[in-house]
Parts: sequence; structure tokens; C-alpha cells
Amino acid sequence: MNRSTIDLWVGIFVMLGIGGILFLALKVGNLVSVGSTPGYRLEANFDNIGGLKLRAPVKAAGVVVGRVDSIRFDPKNYQAVVTMKIDEGNEFTADTIASILTSGLLGEVYVGLDAGGDTKMLGNGSLIKKTQSAVVLEKLIGQFLFDKAASGGAK
Amino acid sequence: MNDPGNVAPGGAGVLRRIGAASIEGLTRFGYAARFFVTVVTESPAAFRRIHLTLREIYFSGVLSLVIILISGLFVGMVLALQGYDVLQRYGADQSLGVLVALSLVRELGPVVAGLLFASRAGSAITAEIGLMKATEQLSAMEMMAVDPLARVVAPRFWGGVVSMPLLAALFSTLGVFGAYLVGVRLLGIDAGAFWGNMQSAVDFRQDILNGIVKSVVFGVAVSMIAVFEGYDAKPTAEGVSSATTRTVVYSSLTILALDFVLTVFMFRGVA
Repeated sequence: MNRSTIDLWVGIFVMLGIGGILFLALKVGNLVSVGSTPGYRLEANFDNIGGLKLRAPVKAAGVVVGRVDSIRFDPKNYQAVVTMKIDEGNEFTADTIASILTSGLLGEVYVGLDAGGDTKMLGNGSLIKKTQSAVVLEKLIGQFLFDKAASGGAK
Repeated sequence: MNDPGNVAPGGAGVLRRIGAASIEGLTRFGYAARFFVTVVTESPAAFRRIHLTLREIYFSGVLSLVIILISGLFVGMVLALQGYDVLQRYGADQSLGVLVALSLVRELGPVVAGLLFASRAGSAITAEIGLMKATEQLSAMEMMAVDPLARVVAPRFWGGVVSMPLLAALFSTLGVFGAYLVGVRLLGIDAGAFWGNMQSAVDFRQDILNGIVKSVVFGVAVSMIAVFEGYDAKPTAEGVSSATTRTVVYSSLTILALDFVLTVFMFRGVA
């Protein structure tokens, strides 16, 4: 086989391979949305974040408006501090409520934002004051049993 | 070194045999490591004649395309069928794309492509270099002041290193396509859910880039084992055949062991 035919085939092979990597990056991995989109950060303190993970979606009215950027524990008031990165163009009122929700029974955990009626808006780095923690199923069942026993005893 | 077969039976004999085997293994490993360093330092001389490397990319990459593409397609289709069977019991059949894409990109793409590459291209490299040694072509090159490491070994090594990541990426691509064919076209999963769930679950850096890093590491390991076994083969017909067998066995074991180590480092603590 002469050299130019080999060169041609190697060229085709390399382009195919690069095409494969591009396909994986764009169609499978959705690289476009992972890139650093402009936005701002909001913080919220939760008593319990349940199964919230990094990069979990932040949704308002069911639409993804940002992602969880960092989660750390505040040893002073024993709360979890969740930093969210909100995409540019989405603004929320100062009395917004942040709650930790689960989509479906076994679905992913996300942060839900419910805007209020305040005229002031949250800026970069501001703290969401009203929060609602994750519902821990074990605690719920425990409370249910406790209530059941208490009402049974009163009878 | 004492001949390990020529010792008195008993405890000391067994120990001596173990010792001899350890020393020999260690010597061979050190020799392989020095060989690796020499091949890498000789590589600039090989790159000056880039067509030699291109030729090897043709032989180990382009000619492996058919087996890699067809295996990828079928692995993807089987994964989709089996995954669908389990997932739909839990009403999670929309997550089929996630299952297939993550298993292909993280593990199956690099590992299965590496195993196929070791048996398709690695064995050929070993047999070729071993036969060159057996027919004294390598010695003849040295006589003509041509360095066989730069002329024969380095191009084959780099040809394998370049081909392997591309083959692994194509394997994963065809696998995802096969899963699409079975999942969406045959089993009737919604195409939007298939791609959408996949895209939100697969992370470029965490999953795809780590998969590519894996395939590069496997490419280096397989190519290195192949050229070393060929260069180190006994210059007889039997020696070449056992070297070819060793290439396939050692490459496969190395790929699986390295895969475990890399997975521990890359994906530990990732949900």
C-alpha cells in the first residue's frame, strides 16, 4: 500500500475519532451547558439538607435556573450553608423561600425557590432568610408512630 | 544464578525456587522499565520520520476499526435490552440513556476497546517484532547503524498510543448509538427523555474526560507490553508464539488491574 493511501486512511480514522469524542462531549455530556454561564451567587442556611448534592439543580416553578455550587457546615449555628449559582437574568425577591425538595419518591433532590411579593431583589452573595429543610422520611415515620401512640394512650 | 530445578527437595528448595522466580521477575520488570525509558528517549528520532508512525496508526488503528465499531454497536444494543428489562420493573425506563452512557463512557468503552485492541493489534505488533528478531532483521539494522528502537519499536509504540483513545471514543459513540436504536426505535422510549436524562447525568470532566484518560493509560500499557514482549522474545518460532500469548494475557490483566486502580481514584465518592 503506498504512502498517500495510508495517509488518507489515517486522516479519516483520526477525524472519525475526534468526531466520536465531540459526539460524546456535545450530545452525551452536554458540554455546552456545563461551561461557566454568567450568573450570581445566593446563599441559604438549612437545618437539614437531606440528600442534596453538589451540582444539583435549583428550580423555580419547575424550571432549572441554576445549580448548587457548594455545600458546607457552619459550626457556629449548626446549619448547612448552601451556595447556589443562579443563571443571569433570573432575579428573585428578597423574601424568596428556598426549600429542599425531591422530584418523585426516589427522584433527584433539588432546591426549589418560591418568590414572594417584596419589591427589593436579592443581589450577588445575599442570603435567603426563609428556608425549608429536607423532609427526612425516618423522622416523618417516627413522628407518625409517636402521634399514633399518643392518641392511642389518650383513648 | 543457580538452576532452580537442580536443588535438593525440601523446605529450602522451595524457598530457593521462590527466590529465583522473584529475582527473575524483578529483573525482567526492571529491564522492561529501562526499555520503556529508552523507547521514549528514542522517540524524537522516530518522529523525524513521521510516516513510520502514521503507517503504524494505519495498521493498529484503522484496521481495528471494523471490530471496534461492530463490538461497540452490539455492546450498546445488548446493554439497552438488558438495562431496559431491569429498569422498567421500577418504572425507570426513561433512565436507560443514563445507564448505557455512563457504563460505556466510564468503563466499557476504555476497557473493552482496550481488550480488543490488545488481542487485535498488540498481538500483531509482538509477532511482527519477534519475527524480525528471529530472522535477525533487527541485528541487520544495527549493522547498518540504524537504531531498531527508533526505526521499528518507537513508531509501533506511538501508533498504539494514538490509536487507543480514538478507538475507545468510537466504541462508546457506537455503543450509545446502538442503545438509541434499541431503546428508542425498538422499545419505544421517548427520544427526548433518552437524550435529556443522559445529558443531565453525564458530566464532561467527571465522566468523559476521565474515560479518555483511562483509554490513554491503557493505550500506553498495551503498546508498551506489546513492543517489549516482541523485542524480548526468544528468537525461535516457539519463542515468538509464546511472546504473542504473553502479550494478550499480560495486556488484558494489566488493563483490568489498572482500570480498578484508576476507577478508585477517579470515581470514589461520586454518587
